[in-house]
Amino acid sequence: MNEVVSAIRLVPLEHYVMLSFALFSIGLAGMLFRRNTIIILMCLELMFNSVNLLLTAFSAHHSDPGGQVFVFFIMLVAAAEVTVGLAILVMMKRNVDSVDIDQLNRLRW
Amino acid sequence: MLTLFYLFAAISVLCALVVVAARDPVNSVIALIVCFLSIAGHYILLNAQFLAVVHIIVYTGAIMVLFLFVIMLLNLNKATEPQRSLATRVAAVVAGGLVLLTLLAAVRHGISVEPARDFDIGTGLVRSVGRSLFNEFLLPFEVSSVLFLSAMVGAVMLGRREKNPQAA
Repeated sequence: MNEVVSAIRLVPLEHYVMLSFALFSIGLAGMLFRRNTIIILMCLELMFNSVNLLLTAFSAHHSDPGGQVFVFFIMLVAAAEVTVGLAILVMMKRNVDSVDIDQLNRLRW
Repeated sequence: MLTLFYLFAAISVLCALVVVAARDPVNSVIALIVCFLSIAGHYILLNAQFLAVVHIIVYTGAIMVLFLFVIMLLNLNKATEPQRSLATRVAAVVAGGLVLLTLLAAVRHGISVEPARDFDIGTGLVRSVGRSLFNEFLLPFEVSSVLFLSAMVGAVMLGRREKNPQAA
């Protein structure tokens, strides 16, 4: 039993927190940085994954499977979100003939 | 073990940077796939075996292939995209860096985590996650099927070709 526990505890929780913070910030900066809508969707996936990693790390250190079930649900929501997002992207390419996010500025005042 | 963690962490952060920086969307997708595989490695280090397998199947197998498929369908694999202005790009990097700084400053004294009293070594295996999923989280699990149905109907509705192009 103690081998698994000590193997998990060998990497401090702070390291996972910092790693997922770094991934989240890269995803956020990438969303503002790029104009290609498909890259922006990928940065969104990156931010989802940093949150998933954080939840899993806390769940493993607390020995609570509830956190990993939450990660499972986040994966489900991400899959649904990507389906709709890519359908919107295809429609945008068909109507505006571009995937530039700045083309969709009609709702901006 | 710590070496493996640093290896996977370096791979994931580098690939995340490549996702943002690459000009060709296909290169971004490949970098994101490598990043997701290294995150699956982190899950294995955390003994979350079920999540590692599901992560590889769902993200690398389904979502990223869907991205690649859309890129090839729309013929986006040429770097013709106009760039943002230099000021906007600098502002984006500064905003991301400030968010990172704020988040890191919040945990600069470390996080005091109470260790689990009775440590179950089966946490993260299929048995424990499945027990938790089908006992306390049964209702959200069923509701997520409705979410999937609506997402599927929505995707089909959005992807349908309009009869007259002026209506869109």
